[in-house]
Amino acid sequence: MTVFPLAEHARRGVAQVRQLTVELVDAFNAVWRRSLQLRVVISTLALSTTVIVVLGLVLQTQIASRVVEGKETDALLRTEAGAVLLERDLSGVDPDREGAQGEINNALDRLTNASAAADQSGTSAGEFRAVLTTSRDNTGAQVSAGPVEDVASDLRDTVAQGTLSRKYVTLTEQGVEVPTLIVGQPVRTANGELEFYLLFPLTAEQRTLGLVQSTLIVGGLVLLLLLAGIAGIVTRQVVRPVRQAAEIAERFADGHLDERMPVQGEDEVARLGESYNEMATSIQSQIRQLEEFGALQRRFTSDVSHELRTPLTTVRMAADVLHASREEMLPALRRSSELLVTELDRFEALLGDLLEISRLDAGVAELGAERVDVHGVVVRAIEAVRGFADETGTPLVLDLPTGVYAEVDPRRVERIVRNLVANAIDHGEGRPVQVVLGQDERTVAVLVRDHGVGLRPGEAALVFNRFWRAEESRARRSGGSGLGLSIAIEDARLHGGWLQAWGEIGKGAAFRLTLPRFVGGLVESSPLRLGPEERPAPAPGSAGSVPTPPVGWPMVTVPPTGTSGAGR
Amino acid sequence: MKSRVLVVDDDPALAEMLTIVLRGEGFDTAVVADGTRALPAVRELRPDVVLLDLMLPGMNGIDVCRAIRSESGVPIVMLTAKSDTVDIVLGLESGADDYVVKPFKPKELIARIRARVRRTEAEPAEQLSIGDVTIDVPAHQVERGGEQIALTPLEFDLLVALARKPRQVFTREVLLEQVWGYRHAADTRLVNVHVQRLRSKVERDPEHPEVVLTVRGVGYKAGPP
Repeated sequence: MTVFPLAEHARRGVAQVRQLTVELVDAFNAVWRRSLQLRVVISTLALSTTVIVVLGLVLQTQIASRVVEGKETDALLRTEAGAVLLERDLSGVDPDREGAQGEINNALDRLTNASAAADQSGTSAGEFRAVLTTSRDNTGAQVSAGPVEDVASDLRDTVAQGTLSRKYVTLTEQGVEVPTLIVGQPVRTANGELEFYLLFPLTAEQRTLGLVQSTLIVGGLVLLLLLAGIAGIVTRQVVRPVRQAAEIAERFADGHLDERMPVQGEDEVARLGESYNEMATSIQSQIRQLEEFGALQRRFTSDVSHELRTPLTTVRMAADVLHASREEMLPALRRSSELLVTELDRFEALLGDLLEISRLDAGVAELGAERVDVHGVVVRAIEAVRGFADETGTPLVLDLPTGVYAEVDPRRVERIVRNLVANAIDHGEGRPVQVVLGQDERTVAVLVRDHGVGLRPGEAALVFNRFWRAEESRARRSGGSGLGLSIAIEDARLHGGWLQAWGEIGKGAAFRLTLPRFVGGLVESSPLRLGPEERPAPAPGSAGSVPTPPVGWPMVTVPPTGTSGAGR
Repeated sequence: MKSRVLVVDDDPALAEMLTIVLRGEGFDTAVVADGTRALPAVRELRPDVVLLDLMLPGMNGIDVCRAIRSESGVPIVMLTAKSDTVDIVLGLESGADDYVVKPFKPKELIARIRARVRRTEAEPAEQLSIGDVTIDVPAHQVERGGEQIALTPLEFDLLVALARKPRQVFTREVLLEQVWGYRHAADTRLVNVHVQRLRSKVERDPEHPEVVLTVRGVGYKAGPP
């Protein structure tokens, strides 16, 4: 770079200019695309410029040709008249003779004076200079009066042949170029022909044309500006309500359902406003209706659940009374009473879950947060499902440190963990289920891992759906309602926490609950790993969509268990 | 002597079933189907426990609860179909000692009722004190400076439980087991509400308790004697 500093500078400069140009073009393009008004004004300007330029050119040409035509006619008339005069004056003059010069001069002077007099009486050829000369092909010395040197030679040739002719030339007088019309005519004298020329300077005409031209230009420019202004004002009239409509529509889309367009008059814009308002009203009423339906439905679910409870209580007690005396019954009756009781349990659980989910849906669920040792909460949850685990012969492998304090709703957390562990036992096929409690500075986490059938790809996202089943054929042994995980994720959300699922066919599944330590805290990472245990600790980001704990935090991993390896 | 249970419930099927179950467990029962008739029945029958349904015609269960509590310390167990915190706390604050959420198992209900009537068992003579509050356990009397403080049996049990082990910190779970008779951990809101009610009676300034102290994150303990 130091070798060619100049070239480098130049290159950089060019690059900068290019970049600047590109930016400007981009900015203009953006404005062009976004402003209808600008587009209309610029199109109007472009089109009217074309029209005005063409019109101006035509006008100018027309005026010029008219002016020149008039001048020419006058000039011809004047020349002919002059020639007649001269022929009379000089009929007896012999140009080759001595003293002819004087005659010629006199004749020209008279002509000029006569013309000056005639000018006042009305002809309009204007001032001129006259030239009278003998032909060049004359053998004698050339005799002439007036600025004969200004007459073009080809004109003289034509005149010498005896025809009247004219020519436009540009003469230079004292450094100023003067367009001039020269008209030439032969004048017959007694002794041969003279050539008579009149030189009409076209200065006045040129000035007139210049004036016309500048008038046209100025007029055209003013007209253009006016047109641009008019186009701007007119489009503004149309664009402003459109912009207003866009703003109002945006606000409407943002949820301000009461926004309406002001409607004035009966024009198209007013019609637009009216139809927009009608649409908004219709949408608003539909949304309200849907909201009402939703609220009604939630109320209904809640009411039904409540109303069902009293008869269910009676049935339940009756069943228990029957069940208590089952020993005295016939086998079929005994089995029936047992079925009645177990199914009532299931019915009750379903009703409870239904009520809970309707409460969560209605947003009336509240977080009864208190500072507790999560260890105790998890232990209680596990004790609640211990019987079920023993029934299925599922070993529970626990890694639950004490002193994990957090501000949580113990009832909800207990319910989440109970649901997760019951679910793991349900799908764990009798293989060990691990429950791990972990913590870091900002979060506490519970991981429930089974080594059962696992989840097929994509199912991890579905397990929290209401009444979702992995396979239609798979029986639920725990008698869960199918709402357990849906309630669990809502409970986790209520805490501002996460509940995530992982699973692979044949490797089992894992559920991880991560909760902020304090109410209102944010969960950004979890102290426990969701996926299968690996050693050493993997680098962040290696677990796909699952957030990994930040580097440096102590990783609480599941310790190897005596029965590990099952399912893998 | 059989314990007497007053059932206040408007649902005849449930009331009848409750009667069957309670009689089977050796209780005397009386049924009242209307809230307005609950208080006269309490006055007349002097039951050992009142089972009160919160949704009643005539008079709201909460109001019935307050009315009974205003003139009697009889243990009240609410029957409720709603398990929302608001409903339960409201019921407890209006004077109920315990609650059972429908649908309940008969055993659960019986356990709740038995826990409320067991205090009738004979107790040894015992004098306890917390701060300037003295407790005569057999007489079920609480005094401060010779002035009697009227406590419901449950509040009395709660205070005695704390006073018997002045240095021990009781978790809510332990109190639930000792005072309410829950075998399994249950709703700690019961404890919170009753501690508030107890404080409002025995403390000089409930905002700055001296008798029942809170140990943050753990539970409660008695103040120094």
